[in-house]
Amino acid sequence: MSKLIIDGVNRIFPGVRGAAPTEALKPTSLEVQDNDFITILGPSGCGKSTLLRIVAGLDRPTAGRVLLDGEPVLAPGPERGMVFQSYTLFPWLTVQQNICFGLREKGVSPSRQREIAAHYVGRVGLTGFEHHYPKMLSGGMQQRTAIARALANDPKILLLDEPFGALDNQTRSLMQELLLGIWEQDRKTVLFVTHDIEEAIFMANRVVVMTARPGRIKCDLAIDLPHPRHYTIKTSPEFSAYKARLTEEIRVESLKVT
Amino acid sequence: MFKPLQPVSGAAKVILGIAFFVLFVGAWSIATFGGHVPPTFLADPATMVREAINLFVEFDFAYDIAITVWRVVGGFVLAAIVALPLGILMGTYKAVEAFLEPFVSFARYLPASAFIPLLILWAGIGETQKLLVIFIGSVFQIILMVAVTVGSVRRDLVEAAYTLGARDGGIIRRVLIPASAPDIAEILRLVLGWAWTYVIVAELIGSSSGIGHMIVDSQALLNTGQIIFGIIVIGCIGLVSDFLFKAANRRLFPWSLA
Repeated sequence: MSKLIIDGVNRIFPGVRGAAPTEALKPTSLEVQDNDFITILGPSGCGKSTLLRIVAGLDRPTAGRVLLDGEPVLAPGPERGMVFQSYTLFPWLTVQQNICFGLREKGVSPSRQREIAAHYVGRVGLTGFEHHYPKMLSGGMQQRTAIARALANDPKILLLDEPFGALDNQTRSLMQELLLGIWEQDRKTVLFVTHDIEEAIFMANRVVVMTARPGRIKCDLAIDLPHPRHYTIKTSPEFSAYKARLTEEIRVESLKVT
Repeated sequence: MFKPLQPVSGAAKVILGIAFFVLFVGAWSIATFGGHVPPTFLADPATMVREAINLFVEFDFAYDIAITVWRVVGGFVLAAIVALPLGILMGTYKAVEAFLEPFVSFARYLPASAFIPLLILWAGIGETQKLLVIFIGSVFQIILMVAVTVGSVRRDLVEAAYTLGARDGGIIRRVLIPASAPDIAEILRLVLGWAWTYVIVAELIGSSSGIGHMIVDSQALLNTGQIIFGIIVIGCIGLVSDFLFKAANRRLFPWSLA
């Protein structure tokens, strides 16, 4: 059975003050297998974030359902870790305390919390910054902490909503390699939303393209590139072929909204 | 030095701050020593200093200061104890807000000083009445301002906490309260300043001790030196309490600065 099943999920936002309701997401179905790294690629405003928020349980679908390991998703929970585009570290907690947030909520003993935190601090390369407050960190470091914070809970699936969207190009590439490296080791199931085509291909084993608003899935492309992937793969002919194909798909959609 | 928003050095800041006090006393000296204002209306600085010494030596003014500080702090602490939980509940739960907000907004505009005659009837002219004036003057202000602060905590932080497994109690304890704590401290500092105006009014009427009482007594004797000294003492205490509050905030919430 699939790990995550999105079954006929749509989302219609009610109109404000007599305005017509907005359909953000057409009925959408998607199945995610265990250990999949799926990127959802689409133009801005296509409802890809709405879909992810519904999987996270932060938004409710107007119709349809989401099942994780056969259990319906009704509310947010720690088995679906989320990394947001905006910096959502708790500013009053240090890096270490941020990573321990979910563990403390679970009632894990403090010594075990510190062990787990130390492990993930190492994984995201922040050793030495455990006792820094988020304000003292760069954007890339904050997002690395956010990834560590989500992973520390050992979620069944990791959801990322354009997590590197606010970062500069160089940092963004490094973050992609970091996240991919973690995935190549852990093979944690990942659902990653982005509007960046290269990012989508580089990290995924499947790219799901969504149409312009109202969003629906337009194509589902398996990415058959070997692991471990090195950043130089971005200049390989295979990569370029995928890129050309997806660029065309996205271009058609972007034209619709501009 | 006079470029918009250009910071000034620490030394320049201190010198400028002191310079205004010097100017102020200078203008006062010219007006009084120069004979431009009759001494009945405004005492000169030298007379004021003499009267100030007289107050401490002959009339035990230190006791008056102590009693006034105790009233302000007492009434203010009572108000904070009642207002903080209510404000946090109002900011957190929209139903509580809908229930209390209209009344609190109405009560906030009731002038505390107008309650003095009523409070004298209810509580006599003892300490209870003085504390109640401060209490009424502060409690509604704190409730409303705290509710607004708690209600405007960044939504994405709350959502992040939910995806990390926090439940409603955890959201209040571990997100809403710590996120608003620095602003709440700032609100308390502000309202404490207002409490000082209420205590003096309370002491002007039906009181036998306190700085306000001394001011009324001095008015009967046309002793403007003592009146001015009383006012200056209040200003100095305000300055000290402000300083203490700011120092405590820097200590307690290092993450919200720099």
